[in-house]
Parts: sequence; structure tokens; C-alpha cells
Amino acid sequence: MTTLIKDGQAAKDIYLRIDGDDPIPDGGALLVSLPVWQDHWQRLTRRPDPIGVVLASHEHPEVIADDLENFAVIALEFPTFRDGRAYSYARLLRDRYGFSGELRAIGDVLLEQLHYMERVGFNAFELAGDDPLAELETARGDFSVWYQGAVDGRRPASVLRQARTSASK
Amino acid sequence: MYRYDEFDRTLVSERVAQFRRQVARRLTGELSEDQFKPLRLMNGLYLQLHAYMLRINVPYGCLSSAQLRALARIARRYDRGYGHFTTRQNIQFNWIALADAPDIMADLAAVEMNTMQSSGNCVRNVTADHYAGRAADEIEDPRVWCELLRQYSILNPEFSYLPRKFKLALTGSPHDRAAVAVHDIGLRMYRDEQGRPGFEVIVGGGQGRTPAIGKTIRQWIEPRHIILYVEAILRVYNLYGRRDNIYKARIKILVTALGIDRFRELVDAEWEQIRATGPVIDDAERARIQACFAPPDYDRAAAGDDPSPAAGISDPAYDAWLRSNVVAHKVAGYAIVNLSLKAPGRVPGDLAADKMERVADLADRFSCGELRINHRQNLSFVDVRRRDLPVLWRALSTLELATPNIGLASDIIACPGLDYCSLANARSIPIAQDLSRHFADTDKLQQVGSLTINISGCMNACGHHHVGNIGILGVDKRGAEFFQLTLGGSADENPSLGDRLGRGLPQADVPAAIERIVDAYLALRGDDETFLQTYRRVGIEPFRAVVYEPQGTTRQVA
Amino acid sequence: MAQMLIANRLIDGRVVFRAADGNWVTDIDAGQLIDDNAVADSRLADARTDESDNLIIDPCLIDVAALGAAHEPAVLRESIRAHGPTIAVER
Ligand code: HEM
Ligand code: SF4
Repeated sequence: MTTLIKDGQAAKDIYLRIDGDDPIPDGGALLVSLPVWQDHWQRLTRRPDPIGVVLASHEHPEVIADDLENFAVIALEFPTFRDGRAYSYARLLRDRYGFSGELRAIGDVLLEQLHYMERVGFNAFELAGDDPLAELETARGDFSVWYQGAVDGRRPASVLRQARTSASK
Repeated sequence: MYRYDEFDRTLVSERVAQFRRQVARRLTGELSEDQFKPLRLMNGLYLQLHAYMLRINVPYGCLSSAQLRALARIARRYDRGYGHFTTRQNIQFNWIALADAPDIMADLAAVEMNTMQSSGNCVRNVTADHYAGRAADEIEDPRVWCELLRQYSILNPEFSYLPRKFKLALTGSPHDRAAVAVHDIGLRMYRDEQGRPGFEVIVGGGQGRTPAIGKTIRQWIEPRHIILYVEAILRVYNLYGRRDNIYKARIKILVTALGIDRFRELVDAEWEQIRATGPVIDDAERARIQACFAPPDYDRAAAGDDPSPAAGISDPAYDAWLRSNVVAHKVAGYAIVNLSLKAPGRVPGDLAADKMERVADLADRFSCGELRINHRQNLSFVDVRRRDLPVLWRALSTLELATPNIGLASDIIACPGLDYCSLANARSIPIAQDLSRHFADTDKLQQVGSLTINISGCMNACGHHHVGNIGILGVDKRGAEFFQLTLGGSADENPSLGDRLGRGLPQADVPAAIERIVDAYLALRGDDETFLQTYRRVGIEPFRAVVYEPQGTTRQVA
Repeated sequence: MAQMLIANRLIDGRVVFRAADGNWVTDIDAGQLIDDNAVADSRLADARTDESDNLIIDPCLIDVAALGAAHEPAVLRESIRAHGPTIAVER
């Protein structure tokens, strides 16, 4: 059992997962695998309901870079927490391809990784555990200082340092 | 050296607090070992043969006397009174309790040290020329770039789960003392035709079971672009490095698989994208960091000191020490002094807590309160006034830290090996002890001249055996310890990997084999030729012959 | 050859051996020698329970010879774990 956390709140997952030969229903929000999208995009885009796509960790988002306006959600999969490709994918989706919809982390998502994930642009997580919201709060509270600028817009230490120096002048 | 400000301090103490919570959750069982292990590794805590081992970063090898005293206190209070300096400019403690680790980290934080990312598949401690900022042959002090790279890599949100560990090394000198060619990324400073300093970027070097000399991906890059260029490399590696097999996951495998030209295309394409929008290094931030590395106020009068400070001492041991342990400094009247942690029969790189404190005192008295750890597991004082050399020599001699052997045959690198390491095949330290006793005679040492002997207890190559002029690798043969020799390795600006000499030898035969190799070199060498030069001229056969078919003994029949 | 259970204690990482009463002890001579494979397997299962109970980590069976009252692992690695490094430490 996982709970969807979106923008810091528990949220209801309205999306039905579609993979392989699953039949595509006429109504309802769908989260489809990349092959399903590639095979059925014409049909999918004619439907009125929201569409999302799931990228496995070997599927580079470049292949959907031109399709982004079709997606309300992009879910990036972590097959194991050790597989860090999706951190780069998330960053590229936000910074380079300009995706502004929901970016969801799915698969082996560990509490300790949430702050990294938020920083590279994820805003939704499928979390296991008894009380993911509370855990999310704890994990978010771990750090208040960052060395790098990232997608989340938090100001890195280098910027804060200069702000402080110019303020004290 | 770099000093933490409130931001660094906050980050490190938040990290300690986070780890304290994680340890508590592990001890109550809320976290399983499988869940906890990657967390402790990212904080430098391994489980080794006897206990937990804690690896503490010494960023690019710079250590203050106050930090060394703190390490001594930790050694005494939480360990067994000693620590081990490593080839990666870290220090390791071998007898740590899990329950103590958060307290130790808090003690470290109090002296501006940490263990973050000293293990794990992330960017590790950035290493550098241990003479950075002081070497007479240096173009520019690389440490400002080291520190910028350190900050860039710590808790980097995108690159904390790379396919495998990632090691960066920098040198600001044309003469490479940081082994940059055997790192995932090596940066070597030199001047272009217009005389502008910049870095040659070398990628895909490494040791381990598939050793590789790095390849030049970029001939010259302006230093201020270095972070973004490293980011481009890291992104390409993060996306395309293999994740299916940990033995093939290092960047060197990717570079070899794609070829350097294809790899360069990918990196350059990425770099073109990010340099347009990415953050350039902020000049003010760079200036702030640079100021931390401002040299001390040197005494101009020192230039007038007697440059041959034999003053009052006529001791051949002192002369030998001056020749091998004392190095030219940028500033007239000053010297760099290497402290040898390789007295005959000692454990390479180990130092007892009491001696750490004495060394800290000497650093305060003679070298502006700072010291360096170098990748050959020795320490260096980098701001010694030449006229103080005799007094310092006497003080170091009583501490057994003045063995005149830097860069010579008994200055042996040895990894912890089977005495401590859970991955080992064989013991490295006893071999090092035997050999250093064997080469205890100063005259013989000086006669043999420049020679690096590096020992690893298994093919992970933590003891740099691939790049030792003589490399010794521990292997396991049906439960017995055997050692394979390689010859001709080098980690300097003309790097090479050693060639395998032949079948493994039992431990007892290693010193005699090394002796024969050295004697063969002495017989073969031309005027002023080092071991490596002779080896490169004559090749491996003469050495193979003396080891496996020594005259006067019966030829072994297979 | 007889076998013995070896592990590292979770809280401090120290090398420990399983004694006949089920306790984990640091002295190999106090560890239980097990001659019977079936018994060894069932003790290993007990050790795994101790592992899930967060007492120890990485339990495994090693070959151990009895030399009178003293116990000596057959393999150098385990002997070093039992007795510590083979070298004198820095003083
Ligand atoms: C005692 C615990 C240690 C463990 C478990 C360990 C583990 C490893 C492993 C698995 C590798 C191979 C990496 C690869 O090929 O991908 C490696 C490489 C290396 N380690 Fe260690 N090591 C230990 C201690 C040390 C020490 C004490 C030093 C320094 C003296 C050190 C420095 C290095 C270096 C320089 C390399 C080769 C460079 C490279 O990564 O390619 N390690 N280590
Ligand atoms: S080379 Fe092998 S034995 Fe030596 S420290 Fe590295 S992993 Fe351990």
C-alpha cells in the first residue's frame, strides 16, 4: 500500500495505470506506460480526461519532450532507491523541457531521499509506510541549508552569503 | 585554510542530527540493516572485520592543528588510540561503536570536519596536490576550486545516487603529486599558449579491478567553467553509466565503452546546453573562499637566512633528511617538510593519538598551525622557516617521524589489508613492515633512489598497486596468502599501469624477490636513471628472469 | 571439522560468537562448537532471529578447530576476526 503525497498533502490518486495490453477505457484519468503512449497517443489525446505517462528508469524524457503539453502527470520510476537516473530526468524535465505539471516519484522511494527529490523538481511521491505525511515533514525538516541551486528555487548558501554581506554593508 | 561560516556549520550539524535520528531508528529496529546500510555508508561508516570503521574527510588534505588534536581525542576516547591516514587524504578509525558514531560526528563538527560522502555512490572527498599553494613549481593554488567542487558535491540533489563512487583530484602544478590520471575526473593546471592558467580535464581514470589511465576530454578549460563542466560529465555519467553490474559501473567503463570521442560529444553537447543558463561561479563567493587560502605573512627577512641550514649540525642523518624529506617552497627562506609515517617496521599511515598531539604542537610552533595529509600516507608541514629545520628535525626524530625516506623504497603505501578489511585477500601491512625493515639502511635507500612500492590486499587497489613502480597485490590461493608483483606503474604526470611480472609468490618470498628486482635495477641502470626510467628502457624480462630464474638456484620445474 | 556461529554485534560492531546458552560472546573459546550439520542449521536459524531482533548482523557459520579448551578458526580471515590484527598497533 502506498499513499500519494502531492504538494505536501495526502492526495487521492485519480489515475488508472495502463501498461502492456491493458484495455484503454473510454473515460477516466490514465497514467500510461511509454510504449502505450507511443502506440496509442492519437486515441489517448482524443479523450477528454487527463493523461499521464510513466517513464521507467531507462526511458529518457527526451523522447516525450515534444509531447509534454499532453501530460498532466509524469511519473518517474525508481526501480531501486540506488538507481539515480530519475534525479537527472526530473531536472531536465523541469529546467530544459519546461514541464510544469505534476512530477511524481514512484517505486522504491525512501524517506531519506525526499529532500533530494523535491530539489530536482518532484512535487508528488508515492510513499509506503504507516504515516507518510508525518515522515515527509520529518524528512523535509532535515536540512535548512543547501550548497547548490536547483529546481525548487531555494537559495543556495553562496547566494545567501552574498545577500548577507551586501545587507551588512 | 577553508573555515566554516554559519551556513557550513548549520549544514554539518543538521547532517549530524539527521544521522543521530537514523542511528536511533536502527537501534530500535525501526530501520533494518538493509535500509540503514546505505545511510551509514553515506556518512563514512563501514562495518569491517573487527568493528565499525569511520572514514573522516580531510578535504584536499588540509588539516589544522586543532583538528588534529580533536582526532587524537576521538582516537583515545572512542577508538584504540590511533588512526590510519589513507591514500585518499582521509583518516580512518577502526574500532568505532555504532552507538558512538553520532557523538563522534558532533565532535568533528565542532572543529569543522565531517564524514559526509566519504563512502557511497556519490562524489567523494576531493583530493589535491598536498603542496597546494606552497609548491615552488605551482602555477596557481587549486584549493579554491577544490572547495567550490566540495560544496557543489555535498548533498548534491541530482548526483547523490550515481552508478558508483566518484573521485575528483586536482593539481595546480605541472608536476602531478595528486595522481590525477587515476581518478574519475582529474584536473591538471597548465598555461595555454597565451599564458593563461586553465585545467586539462582528464576523465575515466581509476584503479580497482579494471585499472585505467584517464583520457583527456578537454585540453584546456578556464577554471571558472569547471563546475559546470564537471556537472556535464556527472550528468552524462548519471544517465548512461552502467547500473546492472557494480564491477562495470565506474565512469571508466562508460568512457571505454563509448570511446573518448563519443563520450566527449555527449559531454560537450550537455555543456553547451547548461553553460547558456547554468550558474557561473559567483566572483564574490569565489573571492570569499580564496581569502581563506591566503598565505600567511611570511617574514621577508627569511630570504636572507642561510639557505643551507646545516648550521650547527653535521650529521649525515640530517643531510639525508634534508635531501629526501625537505622540499622547495614558493617563498625564499621557507621549506616544505614531509613527516614520514614509514619508519622501518611501522604500519604505513598509522599514527598514535599522543603523536598526533605532538605533531599538532610542532605544527603550531613551526608551520602556522596547519599541516597536510598526502596521498602517500605521510604528513607535510608546508610553511617551515628554513632556519628552524635543525630544531624541527630533532623534534621529529624523537617522534620517529624523520625517517629520511620520502619517495624512496621504504616509503611504502599499504592499504589496511586482511588485518582490518573485510574485502581483503591477504595482509598488506606485514609485507610493508618486512620491506621497510629490509630497506632500513639509509645509504642503501639513497643509493636505490626514487622508487615507489605500493601494496593492496585485494584487487580493489586501495593501496595503489597498479601505479607503484613496484606493485604488490594480495591474492588468495586456496586459502593461502599470495602476492603478485607488477612493475613499471607510475602515478605522476607520465602515468602508467604496472605490468604483471608472473605468478604469485608466498609472503615469505616477497622481500627476496623485491631485493632481486632492486639489485637487477642497480646493475642495469644508466647514469642517474631512476628505477622507472630503467624499467621503461629495458622492459620486464630482465626482472622476470631474476625473480623466477635466479642464478645459482635450480630452475623450478612446473 | 566443527562449526561455530560468528557475527558482529549491532551496537558496536564487535565480533561475537554464539555460546551454548544462546548468548553472543566476544571470546571465541566460550563459543559453542557444533559438530552436527542439522544442529548447525537450526542454530543459524536462531541467529537469523537475533539478527531480525537487531542484536547482531551478518551471522554465519565458520569452521573451527578445538585445540584443548582453545578454539581456532580454520581460515585466516576468521582467525583475525577472533583475535584481532596480526600486527602490533601504533603507540
Ligand atoms: C577498509 C575499508 C575499505 C573498503 C571496504 C574499500 C573498498 C574499496 C573498493 C570496493 C574499491 C574498488 C572500487 C572500484 O573499483 O569501483 C576501492 C578502491 C579504492 N580505495 Fe578503498 N576501501 C577501503 C579502504 C581504503 C583505504 C584505507 C584507502 C586508502 C588507503 C582506500 C582508497 C581507495 C583507492 C585509492 C581506490 C582506488 C581508486 C579507485 O576508486 O579507482 N580505500 N576501495
Ligand atoms: S585493497 Fe582490498 S584489502 Fe585493501 S583496503 Fe581496499 S578493499 Fe581492503
